[in-house]
Amino acid sequence: MLGTRSIKTTAKARAIDLAISMVDLTTLEGADTPGKVRAMCAKAVRPDPADPSVPKVAAVCVYPDLVPQAVEALGRSGVKVASVATAFPSGRSSLGVKVEETRQAVQDGADEIDMVIDRGAFLSGDYRKVYDEIVAIKAACARDAGGEDAHLKVILETGELATYDNVRRASWLAMLAGADFIKTSTGKVSPAATLPVTLVMLEAVRDFREQAGRVVGVKPAGGIRTTKDAIKYLVLVNETAGADWLDPALFRLGASSLLNDLLMQRQKMATGRYAGPDYFTLD
Amino acid sequence: MFEYAPAPESRDIVDIRPSYGLFINGEWVDSLGDERDKTVNPATEEVLSEFALASDADVDRAVSAARKAYESVWGRLPGRERAKYLFRIARIIQERARELAVLESLDNGKPIRESRDVDLPLVAAHFFYYAGWADKLSYAGLARRTPDGGFAEPRPLGVAAQVIPWNFPLLMLAWKIAPALACGNTVVLKPAETTPLTALAFAEICRQADLPPGVVNIVTGAGATGQALVSHPDVNKVAFTGSTEVGRQIARSVAGTGKKLTLELGGKAANIVFDDAALDQAVEGIVNGIFFNQGHVCCAGSRLLVQESIEEELLAALKRRLATLRLGDPLDKNTDIGAINSAAQLDRIRTLSEAGEQEGAERWSPPCPIPDKGFWFPPTLFTGVAQSHRIAREEIFGPVLSVLTFRTPAEAVEKANNTPYGLSAGVWTEKGSRILWMADKLRAGVVWANTFNRFDPASPFGGYKESGYGREGGRHGLEAYLDV
Repeated sequence: MLGTRSIKTTAKARAIDLAISMVDLTTLEGADTPGKVRAMCAKAVRPDPADPSVPKVAAVCVYPDLVPQAVEALGRSGVKVASVATAFPSGRSSLGVKVEETRQAVQDGADEIDMVIDRGAFLSGDYRKVYDEIVAIKAACARDAGGEDAHLKVILETGELATYDNVRRASWLAMLAGADFIKTSTGKVSPAATLPVTLVMLEAVRDFREQAGRVVGVKPAGGIRTTKDAIKYLVLVNETAGADWLDPALFRLGASSLLNDLLMQRQKMATGRYAGPDYFTLD
Repeated sequence: MFEYAPAPESRDIVDIRPSYGLFINGEWVDSLGDERDKTVNPATEEVLSEFALASDADVDRAVSAARKAYESVWGRLPGRERAKYLFRIARIIQERARELAVLESLDNGKPIRESRDVDLPLVAAHFFYYAGWADKLSYAGLARRTPDGGFAEPRPLGVAAQVIPWNFPLLMLAWKIAPALACGNTVVLKPAETTPLTALAFAEICRQADLPPGVVNIVTGAGATGQALVSHPDVNKVAFTGSTEVGRQIARSVAGTGKKLTLELGGKAANIVFDDAALDQAVEGIVNGIFFNQGHVCCAGSRLLVQESIEEELLAALKRRLATLRLGDPLDKNTDIGAINSAAQLDRIRTLSEAGEQEGAERWSPPCPIPDKGFWFPPTLFTGVAQSHRIAREEIFGPVLSVLTFRTPAEAVEKANNTPYGLSAGVWTEKGSRILWMADKLRAGVVWANTFNRFDPASPFGGYKESGYGREGGRHGLEAYLDV
């Protein structure tokens, strides 16, 4: 039902800017290089070089070894650095390695850690193990001597959990264990983010606030490519969790190609015309 | 806050004539009487058009035209030929779906989201479905008993008199006309006096499809026209959807005439939520059950029976959800709740709601701005309702939900069945065995499990007790239009 809302004119213009400011601009390839990361960081700070009124994105999301390059490139721009960790994307490694990887990324300056849960443990019913691991990673997000702790996003990999019951249960587990965000997917498994799965997670954070008094964010990631899709997610947030979550501090969109579509639609709203893809930078 | 800018569907796509005659024998004709009425847009009270109130003589002309078409053309046509016309009508409806959806929303007040996403797809699906049956009637398991004790193929009845309500004008037309024509009958149909426009547009579609003259006749009018039609001596079949009160009158006038009769009347459905139900899903189902089409639905889930142990939690979730419903311009694509169809209906809803307060139930509505003009009623909840209250027994036919509680499954069944009606019911539980147990015990024509107001042309629909008799839809729906 919420997929049929029709967002036009002023509402659409505002939604596009809001969506841009919620993007976690992501590159998670084996072929990532310092050069690729620096280029993406430039794009994150100034998505449209021709138009300074475009807001910057929320964060860039990279592999842990590229955190230093991202931190350096972003400087004091205000764009956060998020790093995947815990043997992303499969999570198949020992807890010690996962904790060490996380600690290293935080030390290198990552503001946010996107960890994956142990789906094998979850699906075999060992919820305790999943919970303990999240608690351990949360502890590894602590920064020494006065620095702000890194925020922890917990990736459920909903495509592998398969049922809504599992998604709801995993969401609750992650929130109880201290997650600051719950995130749908790694982007490496299909299906990645979907509207129904995000709806379940939004209901979970809404109910968690009511019952536990703590506010947790939501991040759908993977497969969100068009402005139309992004707006559907914003409508879902607005009508499920509520307007409080319409804030980059509590809702993110994990994406890469989405940003250029948002820019193209933004320009179309302003000028009435579409420019070709060559008028938007590919970084 | 994320405010949605207006997103209205354009009404330029519809072409409403200032005045309409009657559609008889394939032609537009003036009424022989001089009584006329106006149809208004219930969201603005603006007059949309003027139409004739058909007189007895008009009804007689229409029935004669239908009789002639039955004897000379339609009753003799092979099923596969009838199917071609029905398929053609179904395709034209699909092609003109947007126009018909806008017209329906203008005349009825229902949100465009509903007319576009629910009504029109179902209308087309109904014609497609019965088109498929037209040449397979011998295989429907409805053989006719011959005087010598043998079996023969079923035959059509002849002329069908059909009277339909205003809540789903075009969909109810489809439910009536599609099976009638598929079985080889001809039709005189009277749409409701507050919503004649889509039926009149359908008359145009019959011409566009080259349907032989007289197979479908549309006579507009109010109660008197309907009475003349159902009591006309030359009709063989009467089909009515509407209030139980009018249904009773029709049953009386048809009694002893040999006309075959089906009635689809009122309802006071129980929507039963058990403590193990998926709560958010149940909330959506409750909202869909009673606020879909402003509650102008005969099978609406107007009584919420909730297990007492989760009452508080469920009501909190329900109220939160109701606060997000958007009431307003039916043509706005973001509208959830449209206008009440008429001033008379609004009066009835108000009267019953006031009775609810006087009898001691607690009334609640979300903060909800109401437009200045037009007929509107906010989504409303009554808690602390007892079985004896009028709002628990009488059909309100508006966006008003009465909430009652139960303690055990047996009590839920008892309360659900404790009504003069029996059209539909809903059960919300994660336990499959309980669903089957409940469905077995509930005296209702349709029992929905973990869903509500779900329709399909292949599924028969109809009631127990004062909700009427006969079934529409599916293979069962053929029986009403065949001599078996």
